[in-house]
Amino acid sequence: MKLDARIPSGPLQQKWTNFRDHVKLLSPANKRKHSIIVVGTGLAGASAAATLAELGYKVKAFCYQDSARRAHSIAAQGGINATKNYPYDGDTVWRLFYDTIKGGDFRGREANTYRLAELSSNIIDQCVAQGVPFARDYAGYLANRTFGGALVSRTFYARGATGQQLLLGAYSALSRQVGLGNVEMHPRADVQDIVIVDGKARGIVVRDMLTGELEAYAADAVILATGGYANVFYLSTNAKGCNTTAIWRAHRRGAGFANPCYMQIHPTCIPQSGDYQSKLTLMSESLRNDGRVWVPRKKGDTRPPNEIPEEERNYYLEEKYPSYGNMVPRDVASRNAKYWCDLGYGVGPNGRGVYLDFKDAIERLGVEVIRQRYGNLFDMYERITGENAYEVPMRIYPAPHYTMGGLWVDYHLMSTIPGLFVLGEANFSDHGANRLGASALMQGLADGYFIIPITIGDYLASERLQKVSTDATEFKNVLADVDERLRKLLAVDGTKTVDHFHRELGKVMWDKVGMSRNAQGLTEAIQRIQALREEFWNDVRVPGRNEELNQELEKAARVADFLELGELIARDALAREESAGGHFREEYQTEEGEALRDDEHFQHVAVWEYAGDGKEPIRHVEPLVFEAVTPTQRSYK
Amino acid sequence: MRLTLHIWRQSGPDAKGRFETYKLDDVNEHMSFLEMLDVLNQQLIENGEDPVAFEHDCREGVCGMCGIVINGLPHGGRKGTTTCQLHMRHFKDGEELTLEPWRSAAFPVLKDLVVDRSAFDRIIQAGGFISIHTGAPPDAATILVPKEDAELAMDYAECIGCGACVAACPNGAAMLFMSAKIAHLGMLPQGKVEADRRVKAMVEAMEKEPFGACTNFTSCEAVCPKEISISAIARMNRDYRRAFLPGKAEGGGKLEKVKLLPAT
Repeated sequence: MKLDARIPSGPLQQKWTNFRDHVKLLSPANKRKHSIIVVGTGLAGASAAATLAELGYKVKAFCYQDSARRAHSIAAQGGINATKNYPYDGDTVWRLFYDTIKGGDFRGREANTYRLAELSSNIIDQCVAQGVPFARDYAGYLANRTFGGALVSRTFYARGATGQQLLLGAYSALSRQVGLGNVEMHPRADVQDIVIVDGKARGIVVRDMLTGELEAYAADAVILATGGYANVFYLSTNAKGCNTTAIWRAHRRGAGFANPCYMQIHPTCIPQSGDYQSKLTLMSESLRNDGRVWVPRKKGDTRPPNEIPEEERNYYLEEKYPSYGNMVPRDVASRNAKYWCDLGYGVGPNGRGVYLDFKDAIERLGVEVIRQRYGNLFDMYERITGENAYEVPMRIYPAPHYTMGGLWVDYHLMSTIPGLFVLGEANFSDHGANRLGASALMQGLADGYFIIPITIGDYLASERLQKVSTDATEFKNVLADVDERLRKLLAVDGTKTVDHFHRELGKVMWDKVGMSRNAQGLTEAIQRIQALREEFWNDVRVPGRNEELNQELEKAARVADFLELGELIARDALAREESAGGHFREEYQTEEGEALRDDEHFQHVAVWEYAGDGKEPIRHVEPLVFEAVTPTQRSYK
Repeated sequence: MRLTLHIWRQSGPDAKGRFETYKLDDVNEHMSFLEMLDVLNQQLIENGEDPVAFEHDCREGVCGMCGIVINGLPHGGRKGTTTCQLHMRHFKDGEELTLEPWRSAAFPVLKDLVVDRSAFDRIIQAGGFISIHTGAPPDAATILVPKEDAELAMDYAECIGCGACVAACPNGAAMLFMSAKIAHLGMLPQGKVEADRRVKAMVEAMEKEPFGACTNFTSCEAVCPKEISISAIARMNRDYRRAFLPGKAEGGGKLEKVKLLPAT
């Protein structure tokens, strides 16, 4: 597997400019001759589909939801980072870049991360022009808030629904192109596989979710913007439909999978309440701006929180990290919550929770200010838990939220399969081993609005692509593969439901491949997942037929892929004998329990090559070269 | 707690539907409504029966995918709450619940509780946007928006497109959905430029779908999980009339077009 990141030459600050100065361009007349498939209509997919159509390409867009407006980007609450420096608190492009690369524990690629920081300002301009109703101050200017891992206020927000507003902005741009006939939109289309012709990505096979019909689509390039794979844990903050199928199938067809073990466990989620739980709900990190995290100083203290006096409260983040306090990065906040709960200081029904307390903020600012800032989050908390967080502290616990790993891409956002581009959370590129808050929205939109329109033009201008049609043998073969796989799932007719297997997988992942990992647990996890996979294919029960709306069959096909990906995650975690960001190996920690990197042996991206069913995957590396920054031990003290 | 559920079952778009009755014995009060249905479906599958098809995705009340008419009320009728955020603690032990899909001519049933809401997309595709290309717009700070206007625009922009407004309306009107988008964009200076064109195009697209007319029942506002105010509809009506005023470059003076809109 050849891993050439194609990073432009020149100093970091000049790379993107140099790149654009020399990139190949297509004339408008030639753009019209090219067709592009975009899978996924979240921030990255919708913005890419809209922009490419505006440029003149023929775009076909696909999503599994009933409408492009529902992709899971919509659930992002807190905000989007940009280096506008409107508050004049010292922010610069360099600082956002540095915070991001440091937040990622120096396991990201410098050039990609710098470009992201560089583009952040354009995103805000674009979104405001689209009519995104960002929060404003009384003079009518845009307001900012602070997020974790930063000492400046660079986060733009629209109440607690920033993701929704940005997505509806991208959806409106996409809808405009659909209305103009420039985008052919396919909702309720479940992508099952990628088609490769002459070594290049040339199409996809989708299942029509209403009729079960399998359809093939051909194009000159394929873009996957299908999001992350945190649902491998079963319980996560992702939407129920979020899945790994498109990227996993691409991986099986030759795309390198980078750093699968880098997963983010978000610190502020509502704790699990029972076995029937179907998902976990995140409470925006922005709450940590005003909420204080604590546990009782006494083990197993069952007093109501308001009766525990100040001196008997352990504000562990403020004590341990005086300069960042409650605003430490997510991985640090999550690990510390787990640490205190493991010791028996946790609160709530099963001891798996810590308090997030707004008492001081309410005293300082008044209840109205808090309501204005977080009202919808407090309402949501009350709907789910039945508790009023204006009066009692919230209970929070970490939950799987985001995956920094994903398909390997170069500077052009192209995977190891030529013509297969990967955007947003589905790729691995910008966040290293841990993503900072309010950076996912930034990356999705940077990739879709500003990067792919330039890089894909270079690809199409450079390649001499043969015409292909869906009648080609390659398409027929993939259609047959998909058909066989779905029939096999239906034919097992076993005794256990798809959800049963998904839950079991989730338990293994959470216990052994979750917030802290060790060699023994990971080895056990690999064996357990293999056994579970075999059991799945022998004993799963998928009711109904293929030729109808069959939600169990949809789930089964996705869980089958999670059962393969789960093993690769464990393998990657086992092979990475260091701790970095969200990947914490118990064997490798500092005396204070912080992540201990091993730059000598692991300052690289691990890229996995699929070797065939039942064969061990092959681990390749892309060395990470730091020209502009010097990796240090992260400190938030 | 124990529940009796009467659920609308319909195997496909053209099939005849019917209510089926199911009993659940062990419902936990902390479950969400959809988790309660998950439990039912697991039981049905284990017993070799067909599970109930229902739509859902984020389960956080923002994707707009879920929507069930519960005892006659879209999303169960609890203020500001989608079906996925409705928890069982609001129901009583032994209660009987009737579950139906959105009922509206414009939202045909696809299976069980799943309906086709693509008419909403077509309305947005006709004009629910600001016609700006991706590129290099002016610095965001050059567009000033009074805080009150930004807040109000955000109130309207929070629409999740679930369709409860249509399901609740005796006429099956899409006015609240459509006007929320028109009001959101029309409140902002960036959106004012093409306000006339937008309202005309969206109303025209709406009229091509089998939505009914608004006769001010206001049930839409009552069930909207985002509590969007019908003041949006009044606003849209004003915008619509203004778009046809004599002297407008396009379509000026053709007020008979207003027939579907209510008098306000």
